[in-house]
Amino acid sequence: MSQFIDIGSVKDIPPRGARVLRTPEGEIAVFRTALDQVFAVDEWLPGKAGPLSNGIQHGTSVTDPMYNWVFDLHTGHAQGADEGQIRVWDLHLRGGRILITRDVLGAAKVVA
Amino acid sequence: MKKNLIIIGAGMASGRALEELLEQDGENWNVTLFNAEPRGNYNRLMLSPVLSGEKTYEDIITHSDAWYLEKGVSCRFGEKVFEINRIEQTVTSETGDVLAYDKLLIATGSNPFIIPLPGHDLEGVIAYRDLEDTDRMIGLGEKPGARAVVIGGGLLGLEAAAGLKARGVDVTVVHIMDHLMERQLDGAAGYLLRKALTDRGIMVMCAANSKEILGQDGHVRALLLDDGTELPCDLLVMAVGIRPNTAVAQAAGLAVGKGIHVDDQMQTSDPNILSVGECVEHDGAVFGLVAPLYDQAKVAAKTLIGDQAAFVQKEVSTKLKVTGCDLFSAGDFADGETREDIVFRDPARGVYKRLVIENDKLIGAVFYGDTTDSSWFFGLIKDDEDISAMRDTLIFGPSFQGGTPLDPMAAVAALPDDAEICGCNGVCKQDIITTIQNGARTLDAVKATSKAGSSCGGCSGLVEQLLSVTLGDEFAMPTKETVCRCTDLSHDEVRKLIVAGGMKSMPQAMQDMNWTTPDGCHVCRPALNYYMVCAWPGEYEDDGKSRFINERVHANIQKDGTYSVVPRMLGGITTPDELRAIADVADKFKVPTVKVTGGQRIDLLGIKKQDLPAIWYDLGKAGMISGQAYAKGLRTVKTCVGSEHCRFGTQDSTGLGIKLEDAMWGAWSPHKFKLAVTGCPRNCAEATCKDLGIVCVDSGYQILVGGAAGLDLLETQLLAQVATEEEALEYSCAFYQLYREGAQYLHRPYKWIRKVGLDWVKQQIVEDAKNRKALADRFLHSQQFYQVDPWAERAVKGKDAHEFEPLADLTNLPVAAE
Repeated sequence: MSQFIDIGSVKDIPPRGARVLRTPEGEIAVFRTALDQVFAVDEWLPGKAGPLSNGIQHGTSVTDPMYNWVFDLHTGHAQGADEGQIRVWDLHLRGGRILITRDVLGAAKVVA
Repeated sequence: MKKNLIIIGAGMASGRALEELLEQDGENWNVTLFNAEPRGNYNRLMLSPVLSGEKTYEDIITHSDAWYLEKGVSCRFGEKVFEINRIEQTVTSETGDVLAYDKLLIATGSNPFIIPLPGHDLEGVIAYRDLEDTDRMIGLGEKPGARAVVIGGGLLGLEAAAGLKARGVDVTVVHIMDHLMERQLDGAAGYLLRKALTDRGIMVMCAANSKEILGQDGHVRALLLDDGTELPCDLLVMAVGIRPNTAVAQAAGLAVGKGIHVDDQMQTSDPNILSVGECVEHDGAVFGLVAPLYDQAKVAAKTLIGDQAAFVQKEVSTKLKVTGCDLFSAGDFADGETREDIVFRDPARGVYKRLVIENDKLIGAVFYGDTTDSSWFFGLIKDDEDISAMRDTLIFGPSFQGGTPLDPMAAVAALPDDAEICGCNGVCKQDIITTIQNGARTLDAVKATSKAGSSCGGCSGLVEQLLSVTLGDEFAMPTKETVCRCTDLSHDEVRKLIVAGGMKSMPQAMQDMNWTTPDGCHVCRPALNYYMVCAWPGEYEDDGKSRFINERVHANIQKDGTYSVVPRMLGGITTPDELRAIADVADKFKVPTVKVTGGQRIDLLGIKKQDLPAIWYDLGKAGMISGQAYAKGLRTVKTCVGSEHCRFGTQDSTGLGIKLEDAMWGAWSPHKFKLAVTGCPRNCAEATCKDLGIVCVDSGYQILVGGAAGLDLLETQLLAQVATEEEALEYSCAFYQLYREGAQYLHRPYKWIRKVGLDWVKQQIVEDAKNRKALADRFLHSQQFYQVDPWAERAVKGKDAHEFEPLADLTNLPVAAE
C-alpha cells in the first residue's frame, strides 16, 4: 500500500492561496506559495489560532486570520513572541499532483 | 587495429565528446557520424542571435566540413539511423546501409514538446529548436505587418519573441504561469523582465490558458484563449519545453526512463553503448543546459579511451540571451525557515538582486538588471563557501566589500524632476530641490517658501527625504513610523510614491519602493493593495491574496470558522419579499442565529463557508446584494423615519439616506465608513457619532464628520451646513473621497482629521467649490468600477470557487471490515 495519497493537483490551489483538506485527523490547510511550494498544516490550533487556510500568506509563513499569529509553514512554529505549534503533514509533489502522508487517515483502517 | 565508433546525432554534446576523443586518442578510432539535420555541429545556444540578426549561421558553426574532413570523420548528414542491432553490434541507416560498431554513442538530443491543442498540426505552427525553425521565423520578418504568437514564457520562448520583434514582427507571448520564467525567477524579477519586454513592444500575457489554434485553409490564423480572447497570427511558435529523444534507444531495448539511463561513466544498460546530451537520464535528472552536457562529453570520451572518469551533477545557472534584459538565476531560491533573504533594489536603474542564504552559505541567487558579478556569486554557491564574514556587504559584490549600507532614500531619489510631491499645492520635486538649494534648510523653511507640505502634511516625509538627499549630512532625518519591517517608508510616503511613480501592481510597487522582503507581509500587503485600489480605479487589478479573509470571501469570519451574511438594506428599509427570502434562506440552510444589527439590517450567523455561494444565490434571486458588513469600505447609512412619518421630522431623512447609500455602496476606504441621516436634532439615528452624519434642520442639512463610537468615543464636528439634498450628496462624496485619498490604511476619519486638522478639510471641501466638485467626480468615477455586487460574481459567475470548496475529503474513504 502506498504511503501517500493523491489529494489533487497543485493547480487546484492558486499561488499564495490555500484550501482545506478534510481528514479523519481533522481539517488540514494545504498552502501553495508564490514560488509553487506546497505545505500542509493543521487548520486549527485549538483555542489559539485558525482557520489558517483563511490567513494571508507571505514567503513561507501564514498569518492567522483571528489573532495575527504568524506560523512558519515548514515547522508549524508560531513566530515572534507567540508560543505554539501546529502539526505539519509530510507531503511531496509528483507530476503536478499533491501526495500527502497516509498518517492523515489516523487509526482508521482504509482499503482504498 | 582501429576501433569503429558510430555516433548518432551531431549536436553540442557529441561534438564536444568527439573533440576530446580525437585529441587524446584519435589514432585508434574510425568515427562515423550520423545526423538527422543536413549539417554538422553548430552552436544551438546561438540561434537566438541568428534570429535577431546579431549573428549569421556561419558565425555559429562549431565544426565545419573541412574540420570533419581533416579529422577523418565519416559524415552521414541528413541521414537517420533506422535501427540498432545490439547482438550483431551494427546500426542500419534509413538508406539500408549496415555498419558495424565496436562502440556506439547515442546523442539524439531532445524533441520540442508540442501541446496537443486542437489545431497543433496546422501549417505555421512550429517549435524553436533548429536552424529550420529559425529560418521560418526570419522569413516571417520579411512580410510587412506580420504577427506571431509565442506560447511559453520560459528562456526559449522569450528569446524567440525578442528575436521575432527584432525582425519587425508583432509578437505576443502567452504564458500559463503568473510570471515569466517562473523556474528561474521570483515574482519581482519576473515583473522587471515583463516590463522590459513590454517596453520594447512585445505583448506579454501571463496566467493565460491556450484553448485552441484556429486555422484557415490549413494554415494557422489565430490562437484562442480560454477566456475567449483571439490572438491573430501568421506564425505560432510553441516553446513550452523539451522531451529527451529516446526512440532509437528504446527500440533497441536499452533501459529508458524519462531519458536513456546512463551511469556515472555515461554507459547505458549495454556496456558497448554510451549516451550523452539531452537524451540521457542520470540519477533521475535530465538536462537542458549546456554546462552539464560538456561534462558528460568529457566523461564519455574518457570511458571510450578506457580511462577512469565519473560524471557528477553540479549547480547550474541561467542567463537569458536577450539584448538589454540582463538576468541571472542560480541555485535554489525558494523560501525556507532556515533560509534568509538579502534583497537589494535600485528602482532608478531597474535593478533587483536577491540572495538566499542558509547556514552561512549562499545557496541561491536571482539578479535582474545588473549581472556583472553573477559569476562571483555563482562561484560562492558552487564552492559552498562560508560567507558569514562578509554577510553585511555580500549583496554589493566582490569589489564593494565594506561598502556603504542600503540607501532608504533610493525611491524618492529615483523620482523624475516633474513628479508631484505635494498634491495639495501642486509642488513638484524640482521645485522643492530648488527651494532647498536657495537656502531652505528645514522642513518648516521648505513649507514656508515652496508651500510643499504646508496643507495636509502628508508629503512631509518625502520633503524631509529630499532635504536629506540634497543636503546630505547637514540635514538630520527625524525618526518616523514605517509601514512595517518590509520598508523604511511611512504610510504617507508610500501613498505619495504610488501616485507619483505610477505604480500599478504589487511587484512594481515593491520593486520601485525598494521593499526588503520578496513579497511583503500581512501588514504591508493589504495597505499597498488598498492604496492602489484607491489610486487607479479601473486600472489596478485588485489582489485578493493581499486582503484579509473577510474581504476575500465577502462575509465575516466568526470565532468557530463559520461566517455571517448581511444583505444590504438601503437606508434600513426592507420589504416583505426581502424578509421572506431571508427567512427562507435561514430555514433552508439551518442558520442558527438571525440577528438585527445596529446598522439597521439583518445578520445571518453561523453559516458554513461552503454554503456561502448558495445562500448568496438565493438572496440574489430576491434582488438583494452584499451589505459589505465585512469591508474596510462603505457600510450602512442609518436613518430615522423623518418627515414622511414623524411629527418632528424636518426633512425626508430616510430618502436622503437611501440616496447616499445608493451612490456610495461598494467603495473601499482606509477603514470602515459608517453614516447616518437623522430627521431632526433629536437624533434618533444617532448621527453625531458616525464617520459622517447628517442632521436635518428646517433650513437644510448639517454635515457632521469625524465621530467615533468604538474604543474611542467622539462627537462629530460640523463640516458645513447646506440647503439642498444635492449639495448634501456632493459634500458627502467629496468628504469620503478626500478621506479615501489621504488617510493612512486602518485609520478611521477621526484619526485622519486629528492629523490634518478640520480647518484643512474645510478648506478643501467647503471653501473650494471647484475642488469639492473634482473630489466628488473622482469618487463617482471610481464607483463605476467598484459598484459590482461581489456576491453575484461568486454565486452566479463562479469567481474564486476554490475559496469555498475543500480540496478533497478523506473522511469517507471505505473502511475495511474487521
